Amino acid sequence: MKKSWKYWVSSMQENDNKQRCGGEKLKRVYVNEKWCLGCHLCEYYCAFASSNEKDMARALKDIRISPRIRIEEMDGISFAVSCRHCSEPLCVKGCITGAMTKKDGVITIKKDKCIGCYTCILCCPYGAVSPSEDGAIQKCELCIKTNSGVPKCVEGCPNGAIVFEERGE
Amino acid sequence: MREGMFRNISGCAISGIISRSGKRFSGKLIIDSISVMHERSNGLGGGFTAYGIYPEYKDYYAFHIFYDHRMAKKECEEFLEEHFDIINLSKIPTTKIPEIKDEPLIWRYFVTPLPTKLTDSQLDEREFVAKCVFRINTGIDGAYIFSSGKNMGVFKAVGFPEDVGRFYRLEEYEGYSFTAHGRYPTNTPGWWGGAHPFALLDYSVVHNGEISSYDANRRAIEMYGYKCTLQTDTEVITYIIDYLHRKIGLTLKEICSVIAAPFWSTIEGKPQKEREELEYLRNVFDSKLITGPFSIIVGFEGGIMALNDRLKLRSMVVGEKDDMVYVASEEAAIRVIQNDLDKVWAPKGGEGVIVTLEERKV
Amino acid sequence: MAVDYIYPDYEIIRDYDRCIACRVCERQCANEAHEYLSDSKKMIADNAKCVNCHRCVSLCPTRALKIVKSDHTFKENANWTGKSIKEIYKQAGSGGVLLSSMGNPENYPVYFDKILLNASQVTNPSIDPLREPMETRVFLGAKPDRIERDEKGRLKKNLPPHIMLSMPIMFSAMSYGSISYNAHESLARAAAHLGILYNTGEGGLHEDLYKYGKHTIVQVASGRFGVHTTYLNSGAAIEIKMGQGAKPGIGGHLPGAKIVGDISKTRMIPEGSDAISPAPHHDIYSIEDLKQLVYSLKEATGYTKPVIVKIAAVHNVSAIASGIARSGADIIAIDGFRGGTGAAPTRIRDHVGLPIELALASVDKRLRDEGVRNNVSLVVGGSIRSSADVVKAVALGADCVYIGTAALIALGCHLCRSCQTGKCNWGIATQREDLVKRLNPNLGYKRLINLLTAWQHEIKEMMGGMGINSIESLKGNRLMLRGVGLNEKELEILGIKHAGE
Ligand code: SF4
Ligand code: SF4
Ligand code: SF4
Ligand code: SF4
Repeated sequence: MKKSWKYWVSSMQENDNKQRCGGEKLKRVYVNEKWCLGCHLCEYYCAFASSNEKDMARALKDIRISPRIRIEEMDGISFAVSCRHCSEPLCVKGCITGAMTKKDGVITIKKDKCIGCYTCILCCPYGAVSPSEDGAIQKCELCIKTNSGVPKCVEGCPNGAIVFEERGE
Repeated sequence: MREGMFRNISGCAISGIISRSGKRFSGKLIIDSISVMHERSNGLGGGFTAYGIYPEYKDYYAFHIFYDHRMAKKECEEFLEEHFDIINLSKIPTTKIPEIKDEPLIWRYFVTPLPTKLTDSQLDEREFVAKCVFRINTGIDGAYIFSSGKNMGVFKAVGFPEDVGRFYRLEEYEGYSFTAHGRYPTNTPGWWGGAHPFALLDYSVVHNGEISSYDANRRAIEMYGYKCTLQTDTEVITYIIDYLHRKIGLTLKEICSVIAAPFWSTIEGKPQKEREELEYLRNVFDSKLITGPFSIIVGFEGGIMALNDRLKLRSMVVGEKDDMVYVASEEAAIRVIQNDLDKVWAPKGGEGVIVTLEERKV
Repeated sequence: MAVDYIYPDYEIIRDYDRCIACRVCERQCANEAHEYLSDSKKMIADNAKCVNCHRCVSLCPTRALKIVKSDHTFKENANWTGKSIKEIYKQAGSGGVLLSSMGNPENYPVYFDKILLNASQVTNPSIDPLREPMETRVFLGAKPDRIERDEKGRLKKNLPPHIMLSMPIMFSAMSYGSISYNAHESLARAAAHLGILYNTGEGGLHEDLYKYGKHTIVQVASGRFGVHTTYLNSGAAIEIKMGQGAKPGIGGHLPGAKIVGDISKTRMIPEGSDAISPAPHHDIYSIEDLKQLVYSLKEATGYTKPVIVKIAAVHNVSAIASGIARSGADIIAIDGFRGGTGAAPTRIRDHVGLPIELALASVDKRLRDEGVRNNVSLVVGGSIRSSADVVKAVALGADCVYIGTAALIALGCHLCRSCQTGKCNWGIATQREDLVKRLNPNLGYKRLINLLTAWQHEIKEMMGGMGINSIESLKGNRLMLRGVGLNEKELEILGIKHAGE
């Protein structure tokens, strides 16, 4: 059965809450589905962020992007889904080579260790892990490898529908 | 060009002396004081106000009038005769000295309103007198009443203040308080009426500074029938004080809280009653707030008040010795007449120093 | 008929070297000007649909878009301009009144731009707002003309109801309906944060916004939409709208398409019905009638709130204002002919009314000449574009200004002047849910706060330059103003001197 958007969003929020209650103080990407316009800009900024190009037109012209954040659209509602950086990450647990690790609250992938078995892809309840062109998997790493400040998707969102912040209890 | 045809701004020196016990002393003292600050004037205007100098005529308004020509005198005297009972009239005695030139005709009249005229006007006596002064000053070409209070008088001219004092033989007058002004205008007025003090009824003002709220104040006060014909700060300040004190009935202390109102941040720190009162005054009399640098000495029947702008952008010092209180732009101007002071201090911005004769309350 | 085809005024220019076919422009244009051709994987555009709102331009991630003025032209004619010709085609085709929105765009003089401010040099020190207190607080309301004292001689608070503002700026009336809920919420929250007031406009007040009541002016217009006792008592002041600068002489018009859901509930009218306010208040045909309405509103609110009467600047505005100043009103708001609107007949918007600068100068003078200036405060609006305009308005004699268009621009409005279509791409002048959503009030209210904080700072700097440290001393201080390139008559009406004098 197709699940409604409410199920999706509330399950993500529950996950976020659990981590906060677990005392993890970490800035993360939160979703305000109320303000998401479904413009998909976040996806393009994400794809651009991992391209290592200086100009977006050069980076993304004539290609099909495969962003680490995706917009789900159902029942006339849209919202962004990206890695929740769970406190009990199934992907890390499932990874057979130890390529998936959690450091300072951020779940990252060591590309050289990943053998492309895709166990993590199957484990992630949010579909936040996906295959990449280089054979290893890819996922949102909060732009820590490419951008020191705010994740690019958040920076590019025109309506505050995704925010990068530390939330207290 | 004469005063009133353009806006004239000036820097200045001021000085004031009062005997709290009401003891009368000679005008020589104030001349000595103001002459110390010679550097602060440039010879383009000086003057004095003296209170308590006409005890024998104390119930009559003393009009000091400049006439440019005889026609003006004739016309003005006709007007005076129509509206007042003239008890005495004479030339104001002067001494010819080379430093003071181009003097107009200078006359003095002791008058009281004709009872019939006063009743017909349905005005109170002082308002009637003020109205007549405005009528003459704006309506009769070449006539200018520069002093109109009871038992007091203004003496002013184009020149350095000490010369003006000698010219008017001020040392021959005895009063319980005096104020003085030396002027440094940035324009050349060359008209005697434009010199300071400025006075209306018994209120006189000497002022040092240049206020930036001028036009806001002028347009506000002109709503109540005042005409700012000279376009000087002193004129508008005098009218504001006359309006708030005589017409509205605020106390001098309240007036300080209007024209040099404390900042909102200060008001907020006050106890509730006082805060509400200060807020009320600032709200109701908003356009009478005076901003920009000024230090003033206000003379009135029975006292003087010295006040600085809220930021204290102009210097002013107060000194006390026994029953005498001295105020001046510079301490030196006090020391020269009384070196042995009980107390000397510089009042804070917006903090009015009000000195009244002992037997009086204001 | 072919003659009705008009070549579009603006063209959408896409740099195909930069376009990555992300389709953001397509999704964001409510006018459906952009289209993705899936076979050629290319974007195309229909210029005729574009209203030049810059939504796509602002959001295009690769900066591939721009909108340019078309160089398509009629044969040059200084009299029959392309605009006149096109309007005739439109009317010959439709038979209807031309509608448009926002303020008068025509080339009439902007007096604010011909007035310069003073600053101190030598004889009078300027004041640095960073080092010295600099005050912008204002009170609006009638001022008593005498004092009263209690038996102990203390001053009695005989002050009629008034409002206190942290700076001489308020958000002007924009109704819920003509603008979106999110726009209203942004204004309300910003006003509360800044210590100023916003104005409900004539569409009533959404119940969720009652909590900002202390910062709300509730408006009563000729249509009386959404007016009830709770509404009147929920605000800090009540405004009677007699007229509006964009359309003096006619009432408000909100098309039925915008009357949906909460709007119909708030306005207390059925969904889908046009909300058309009568041109006059049918209970006000004269100044005595106005007085009655003023007092009935005061009665309804227990004499606790100041009443504002808002009028459009028209030819005899000073006589009208002088009448209002004697009608019991506490505040007069005057709206100049450049004031904005959600919808107005084009001819009226562009040809009726007066520049606010002249209206303000003559009203302020008239009220002073008649000695009734303290009976009322003066608020002016109708294209206040910057803090310099605010300073000039206050120096001409205003107590406070109203800003409407400037606030909307802060919220994203790009002045495409098509509010009347209800398809505002910026989520402001629309009720379409997907579009309303584009204005996130959490971001919007901060932008309004930023704007006015910046303006307040600039006002302080300009005041400091003049040696003035409190706004009261700027009010009506026309000596601080000089005209440039104005003729004798204009200077006389403005009550200012020419530069160099
Ligand atoms: S950029 Fe923001 S508004 Fe646009 S789709 Fe992504 S999350 Fe939604
Ligand atoms: S990839 Fe999925 S499972 Fe792993 S941390 Fe992120 S959201 Fe949780
Ligand atoms: S109407 Fe606005 S969004 Fe649509 S094409 Fe024109 S500028 Fe872009
Ligand atoms: S938004 Fe820009 S890049 Fe994306 S399709 Fe439109 S023009 Fe192309």
